[in-house]
Amino acid sequence: MQIYLPIAEMSVNAPLVLGLGALVGMLSGLFGVGGGFLITPLLIFTGIPPAVAVATGANQLVASAFSGVLTHWRRRAVDVKMGLVLLAGGLLGSTFGVQLFAALRAAGQVELMVALSYVVFLGTVGAIMLVESLGALRRSGAAAPAPSRPRRGSTWLQALPLKMRFRESKLYASAIPPFVVGVGVGVLAALMGVGGGFIMVPAMIYLLGMPTSVVVGTSLFQILFLTAWTTMLHAVQNQTVDAMLAVLLIFSGAVGAQVGARLGIGLRGEQLRILLAVIVLAVCARMAVDLVATPAEPFSLAPAG
Amino acid sequence: MRRVGLLLALAAALAAGAAVATTQRVVGAISQNRISITGGFVGSEIFVYGAIARDRFPEDDADTLGIVVKVIGPAQPVTVRRKRRVNGVWINRESERIDSAPSFYAVAATGPLFETISHTEDIRHAVSLERHLRLVGAQGGADAREEFLEALVRLRREEGLYVQRPGGIELVEDVLFRTSFKLPSNIVEGVYRARVLLTRDREVIDMFEAEIGVRKEGLERLMFDASRQQPFFYALASIAIALGAGLLASEVFRLFRA
Repeated sequence: MQIYLPIAEMSVNAPLVLGLGALVGMLSGLFGVGGGFLITPLLIFTGIPPAVAVATGANQLVASAFSGVLTHWRRRAVDVKMGLVLLAGGLLGSTFGVQLFAALRAAGQVELMVALSYVVFLGTVGAIMLVESLGALRRSGAAAPAPSRPRRGSTWLQALPLKMRFRESKLYASAIPPFVVGVGVGVLAALMGVGGGFIMVPAMIYLLGMPTSVVVGTSLFQILFLTAWTTMLHAVQNQTVDAMLAVLLIFSGAVGAQVGARLGIGLRGEQLRILLAVIVLAVCARMAVDLVATPAEPFSLAPAG
Repeated sequence: MRRVGLLLALAAALAAGAAVATTQRVVGAISQNRISITGGFVGSEIFVYGAIARDRFPEDDADTLGIVVKVIGPAQPVTVRRKRRVNGVWINRESERIDSAPSFYAVAATGPLFETISHTEDIRHAVSLERHLRLVGAQGGADAREEFLEALVRLRREEGLYVQRPGGIELVEDVLFRTSFKLPSNIVEGVYRARVLLTRDREVIDMFEAEIGVRKEGLERLMFDASRQQPFFYALASIAIALGAGLLASEVFRLFRA
């Protein structure tokens, strides 16, 4: 069964897109990640133009982030003040990112930029995650308790000026580092169609020294507003948000996420993280191969502006 | 005019005691004047058919007659890019802007194109694909011009947007002809022009023309127009749908756990 996408101006196989959405939703429910870093490349692999994939991916993330924030909000696991500082940086970053995206699109380099960002960031994060969770698994196998990590983060970062009190994070620290993290995540959100949780969560724990209990809720809070803003910018500037595609992904993703959350109950944290790291590295490898392998067709067409 | 000419010819033929050559006309039709792009759109097929009408029988002209059918979509400028390996990575390097290229082009004929129509008539009636591709001043010179135009034609042919079928029309009983073209799902909106040319000894002696309007309809029309004319509200609606779906998912999940 084919369905016509009015913005992408092509018809796609509806069960395929629904299946992709459900699969990514399931993984995001399983691992507690947004899944933007999976859905965008998968859409590109199925032939949807990268510009549409990135912008529509952002729209889909609004739904999954909102559903996640609500859950964490009820558990009071959202540091709103920290979220707002991250968001301030994020809005700046994504505004810049969307301009950059439009310029790259005009120059015919969007595919390259998207692929390079994926290879660099997914490769780095996937490798770190794999090494660390393998280490954790080995430690737990030796029955030795993992050494408790000093949670305070880098002190010189927190000692920068513009100090603020973040009550839920139990921190009195400079607002500059979270703002800068927000900017970086905002640029990535615009360029890659991701929420940026996979960068932000480690940054919040290791750089900002936030307690893990509020990290996920706070990052989702920031991602919700950031992806909504990115959707707005892409729709206005590049006109590449395909609402039809977004609806297909949102609903299949929501169903998949519930399935994933149930599946995840029986599995151990380290095993899950190793699995996630392997998936991340596989996507990264596929993108890398496309970059270096001799293409079957070196020519490509684009509407001339 | 044509009818008057025909009558005159007929009168002349009668007067001369059937010593004059037969006059032929083409009568054509297309299966549809309108194509709507809606949710289930997977492309469309248009049939072009008709007959050669002659002012008298029996005819012995079939060897000299030919039919060419052309369907052409709205022309647009296109950028063609070529990837080059730079430090091991394939990057779009050279590009050429093709000033005008049809978004869809299909041609079929009763024989090889230039055995059915002469080059002079091709220039006059713009039949072959080459007549519709315009690239003024290629940046990379004449060689690049050829290469990039070839790439455009190859890529569009692979997508089913450029169709060339010499010999794709069969004449039944030297009178009836029929051909069909598939329009893929990624066609652009606009007016498509179908043209049937009747040739004798490679000269065009008559033609039939028709237009096909291709347009998004219904929800697809609404969404496309909104995204172009009201991008701000389109984005608000997209975000609102996402928020609603997120809320729904969260509530359903709670219900399940309770």
